[in-house]
Amino acid sequence: MREVAVIGVGMNRWGELWEKSHRTIWTEAALEAIADAGVDRVDAMYVGCMSGGLFVGQEHLGAMLADQLGMGPIPGTRVESACASGGLAFRQACLAVASGAHDIVLATGVEKMTDVDGGAATYALSTAADQEYECYHGITFPGLYAMMARDHMHRHGTTRQQLAAVAVKNHAHGVLNPLAQFPMKVTAEQVMESVMVADPLRILDCSPITDGAAAAVVVPLDMARQLSKQPPVRVAASAHATDALALHDRADLSWLASTAKAAELAYKQAGVGPKDLSFCEVHDCFTIAEIMVIEALGLAERGKGGAAAASGLTALGGKIPVNPSGGLKSKGHPVGATGVAQIRETVLQLRGACGQRQVKNASRGLTQNMGGTGASTVVHILERA
Amino acid sequence: MIGSARYWREIPQRYRYEAAKCAKCGRVAFPPRLVCAGCRGREFTPVKLAQTGVVETFTVIHVAPTGFGDETPYAVGIVKLDDGVRVTAQITDCETGKLAIGDRVKLEFRRLQQDGESGIICYGYKFVPAIG
Amino acid sequence: MEVGIVGYGAYVPRHRIKVEEIAKVWGADAPSYKKGLMLREKSVPTPDQDTITMSVEAARHAVRRAGIDPALIGAIYVGSESHPYAVKPSGTVVAEALGATPEIHCADMEFACKAGSEGMFVALSLVKAGQMPYALGIGADTSQGAPGDALEYSASAGAAAYIFGREKIVAVCEDTYAYMTDTPDFWRREYQFYPRHAGRYTGEPAYFKHVLSCARGLMAKSKTTPADFRWAVFHQPNGKFPMRAAQELGFSKEKVEQGWLSPTLGNTYSGSSPMGLSAILDVAKPGDRILMVSYGSGAGSDGFIWRVTDHITAVQGLAPHTRAQLEDRPIYIDYGTYAKYRGKIRKLAE
Ligand SMILES: [Zn+2]
Repeated sequence: MREVAVIGVGMNRWGELWEKSHRTIWTEAALEAIADAGVDRVDAMYVGCMSGGLFVGQEHLGAMLADQLGMGPIPGTRVESACASGGLAFRQACLAVASGAHDIVLATGVEKMTDVDGGAATYALSTAADQEYECYHGITFPGLYAMMARDHMHRHGTTRQQLAAVAVKNHAHGVLNPLAQFPMKVTAEQVMESVMVADPLRILDCSPITDGAAAAVVVPLDMARQLSKQPPVRVAASAHATDALALHDRADLSWLASTAKAAELAYKQAGVGPKDLSFCEVHDCFTIAEIMVIEALGLAERGKGGAAAASGLTALGGKIPVNPSGGLKSKGHPVGATGVAQIRETVLQLRGACGQRQVKNASRGLTQNMGGTGASTVVHILERA
Repeated sequence: MIGSARYWREIPQRYRYEAAKCAKCGRVAFPPRLVCAGCRGREFTPVKLAQTGVVETFTVIHVAPTGFGDETPYAVGIVKLDDGVRVTAQITDCETGKLAIGDRVKLEFRRLQQDGESGIICYGYKFVPAIG
Repeated sequence: MEVGIVGYGAYVPRHRIKVEEIAKVWGADAPSYKKGLMLREKSVPTPDQDTITMSVEAARHAVRRAGIDPALIGAIYVGSESHPYAVKPSGTVVAEALGATPEIHCADMEFACKAGSEGMFVALSLVKAGQMPYALGIGADTSQGAPGDALEYSASAGAAAYIFGREKIVAVCEDTYAYMTDTPDFWRREYQFYPRHAGRYTGEPAYFKHVLSCARGLMAKSKTTPADFRWAVFHQPNGKFPMRAAQELGFSKEKVEQGWLSPTLGNTYSGSSPMGLSAILDVAKPGDRILMVSYGSGAGSDGFIWRVTDHITAVQGLAPHTRAQLEDRPIYIDYGTYAKYRGKIRKLAE
């Protein structure tokens, strides 16, 4: 297997992009990544998208987007793993390069979520859960994470304030990200008084509905310097793990076993541990998610994620900054794009190109992208080459 | 929405709580599966779920998906049945503000959703507080 | 060979609305309604409850008491004027939920408030004829009263289910009788949401004529008098009518009170006299004789004489008692919630 590097990244301003279509949003991000890498061709492309069908009525995205990019007849593959679609698209691109099948591969993610109303968006997202034995009963994604939150609070003493601390921190980071959808500060009081979505989770505990796309160009590490002027970022680990689809089938309702497994595999591949990371970009689709994720990644002790989040450990300037981009919470969460946007942020951090939100001396970053209630997780570790 | 065939296929589980017990490791699959999630066993014996249990966790839905908007706020919980099997379902006929982890509940037959005013009515189970 | 009830069960929804709450909205005088109709409150089905769901729960209680394999039930008749589907049987859902399919005969009955007793009548007859070992008759309704109409104070929800058989009988059927004429006192036309009625005409020429004639005809046929009965139960469109019928027939208040559920339950239509009977069976003693007379507008009455056996004491505790359900943690709702639950007001379609 060949070693893999990222030489280009792209992302547009995220938000409610009323004037832009699914294909336009995607093409903008793809063109930016290609330009950033400075390559003149792409040999294959992967697109992570959770539900083109339910959000915009469009499937067959591999062919459509290769065509939109003017790159036909290259192979275009759509990858789906719910909210982990983007991370998995990036992993497929890495595998395609590592295997020698292709040299220059475009990894992308996109979701256009605002063409449907709130009920339909809630429904589309819920298809990541067990349709017949969870969704049939009227459960929603915020509802599933709310049940995880209540379990975590009940068994580990996690508090409402600790949940709010995650939102406060990620919004503080997002203020420094010019592409974030909601780059405004929020206070713990605002979070705890915001509109109830699924008790105990309120609207400011939830990542938003977002239109957006992100892209990265992946090449063999030994060809990186000849293909691009950008400092190459090495993909030190790429890992993927799954868990029971339905939350009620998990042994521990608030332990992310797929994240723990993917992290274990990734640490082993990279030959590092949690203490060797400069920062992480993780899947904070809800405040409780980041608390559970930092436990599963080994950044905090099991059950102590809430206290760790509230302690400042994971803030910019803390021991291990988590979500310097603002995370899903402030940056936005166009579900299929999120995993690729995490890669973009990590590459820019490792290039030292993040301006005010730059993590000092960033040399190694981890991304964690998760689908459903954690039924799938993709973890990558990236390093300065 | 749910079509007739997709609804009808789950009737043994939704109406009668039919599950499958792994002949090798004893794990109960609900709904039944072809491969045991515990030991990959392929032989099962039919069993019926216990119809009472304890609330392990729950939420109260205020923002509902399409089709459930009229019902908000409504509680959904994960209940550990007395046979150890966990299921997700609504918890109804209760004051959502007083619901707590550890509450004893039982299964009742209810309407779950309907395909608009003219489509099929989908029945199934919800939990209600158990007496006493 | 004797035939009779081998298992019975009732189901009462937990939500209630008080007469005052309805009267307040329509500017009606609550005390006079309460006194005139002898109604205090009524049960209300939630949007997730209907004739089918209540029938399933009542029938499960009946199966528990009967202690039989549901696959042996040869017929299910669900009587209701509020079947959830205009076309598609309620009975097949109940049969499937009980595990009584596919070797079973199903039919949905409709005869205003008499549909439940007629399901019982047919189920009992099939067992008597030797066609099958067990048959199930159910009366259930989530009846509607138009906003502001007198029926809005009484139309409620509930169900009762009876399994008939020849072994381990808890109440032997000693005799039956039926009395019907064409009487347009209450009706609902196809495609109409609410029923209509003919006001005071629903009293003397309708309810009282049929209930009293049926009771008298049945007692004459069986050579019995009120003195031969420990209990009596009549259809209960409100609190007042069944008490007056009892009085005219010569049954003391003490004989009808146990099955007189309407003051706090309301009129459960097809479930009415069957639920009254289940409340009586919950407390009946071996040897007690029960007179039951239903009434359905249009109009007719079915009459039954039941004699309770020694086996009753073994089954009474196997499922929730009817009055216990009626009194179990009622959840009171306001008129707005009631109007929403009953589809009287609707959110703009999604
Ligand atoms: Zn097994």
